[in-house]
Amino acid sequence: MKITVEEVAHVAQLARLEITEEEMRLYTDQLNAILEYAARLDSLDTSGIQPTAHVLPLKNVFREDIKKTCLPLDEVLANAPRAEGGMFRVPPVLETEEASQ
Amino acid sequence: MTDLTVDLAMALLEKKEISALELTQAALTGIEEVDGRLRAFITVTREQALAAAAAVDARRRSGEKLNPLAGIPMALKDNICTRGILTTCGSRILYNFVPPYDAAVTELLREAGAILLGKTNLDEFAMGSSTENSGFFVTRNPWDPERVPGGSSGGSAAAVAAGEAMFALGSDTGGSIRQPAAYCGVVGLKPTYGRVSRFGLVAFASSLDQIGPFTKDVRDCALVLNAIAVHDPRDSTSAHMPAPDYTTFLDGEVKGMRIGVPREYLAAGIEEGVKEAVLGALKVLASLGAEVEEISLPHTDYGIPAYYLVATAEASSNLARYDGVQYGLRAESANLTDMYKKTRSQGFGDEVKRRIMLGTYSLSSGYYDAYYLKALKVRTLIRQDFHRAFASYHCIATPTTPGVAFKIGAIADPLTMYMNDVCTIAVNLAGLPALSMPCGFSGGLPVGLQLIGKPFDEGTILRVAFAYEQNRGPNHVRPRISVRGGAFS
Repeated sequence: MKITVEEVAHVAQLARLEITEEEMRLYTDQLNAILEYAARLDSLDTSGIQPTAHVLPLKNVFREDIKKTCLPLDEVLANAPRAEGGMFRVPPVLETEEASQ
Repeated sequence: MTDLTVDLAMALLEKKEISALELTQAALTGIEEVDGRLRAFITVTREQALAAAAAVDARRRSGEKLNPLAGIPMALKDNICTRGILTTCGSRILYNFVPPYDAAVTELLREAGAILLGKTNLDEFAMGSSTENSGFFVTRNPWDPERVPGGSSGGSAAAVAAGEAMFALGSDTGGSIRQPAAYCGVVGLKPTYGRVSRFGLVAFASSLDQIGPFTKDVRDCALVLNAIAVHDPRDSTSAHMPAPDYTTFLDGEVKGMRIGVPREYLAAGIEEGVKEAVLGALKVLASLGAEVEEISLPHTDYGIPAYYLVATAEASSNLARYDGVQYGLRAESANLTDMYKKTRSQGFGDEVKRRIMLGTYSLSSGYYDAYYLKALKVRTLIRQDFHRAFASYHCIATPTTPGVAFKIGAIADPLTMYMNDVCTIAVNLAGLPALSMPCGFSGGLPVGLQLIGKPFDEGTILRVAFAYEQNRGPNHVRPRISVRGGAFS
């Protein structure tokens, strides 16, 4: 299974990364080398083997449903690149006519 | 003064022969003296350190009973959150991030009265084996400044080895404490998954990450572990299990202890000098009455591919939060999606992008079963190897790394770099505790012996490590970059 330049472009889009043509080629080669190496896993028969997502035998871990104090709003917003009126400020989410021009 | 171990410094502080302020001043002077060359620290918290030290001295003068670590100057890897103190993860994307809260371990050490000297350099988001992937600068190996200190916790390892800090914490996802400990000639422990709270540790791969100490010797390792192995309800994977006093295991007694040496870890690819030093250490343990026998962990070769699929999948999800909205870098754009993309592209370095892409790919529709799920099943086989071995053996001994510290810039290819983790990675997949300690030199550079234990049995590996340390003979060699007075007493 080889990853193509188009697939790398698709993955970059999924990961919200903007990469140059040159990076695209480089990443394609490097990811192929890594995936080729990873293909050695195929030589193992894993039928009937349960996956391990986590080593601890934990199910859901609950705490008492009691009110706890949160961090103060100004401290939470102190790291925000832009904040306004107690909220994070971001550029338009939906493409407006103005933004698309 | 900073050449002291934590244990000796504690005794002097207790007897009031030295003060925490003197100790902290000595440490800060040491950092001024060598860190221009070593570059272990991203941030030095001079004023806070001096104030905290003075406060500890005042508490001691008032007769208060203090924690053993009170007044001991130490450093934290810069992916461990510190309230009010810059925490960058070695990444441009968090170049200005000041956490509004402390990590659990920061809180525990602060309460214990340990003195934070500053935050140490790392590979960006702990992704790397050399600290060359730091978004800011490369840390040098104190034994040879042309070489890497290892990674990703290279700053913490170098700071302890050079005598800048009396101990440090790092994080270990695939070897990031043990490999730099080996390269810098110090003791490094990755505790059992769940033993130390990950609350406030910036997540890389959540099912593999674990925080642990770097120290000059095994006793100090036990002392620091005592302070941080505490249940924490804020980390749902934190073990609900009381920790023993780890210093009680340091009796030097290994008679009849069964130590397994997996042949796969001494096979091709391990440098001759490393093999010799490790076999030498095993001889010492055998001479003390331990039964050292060859064993097999048949799925060893599958560790690296399984790990790089699991770890990158988890990382691609964990690192989705860096989008320029709530903290860190933002590249302004006309719309939200562009802002995400530009911020992430400018903020992340090359290796982080590569791992996010690999993880995104292996989780993406059509490839999930072939890569991610397959890797999780192989993870089960690797765990079973260890489980079977631990039915007959108390601990497992291996080299920590296949070679000694390599030259800065020597490894350009990502896959070749990943091979550095060949001896450490399976331990994270299985969630086991493992320690690296110095066991000699190869070509003038330190070699690490790795001891792997059963889950939550840090005590046994500390026992074996201590017995070896007491009997390996004195080591008078000091790193080339070290604080006057030297790192090793």
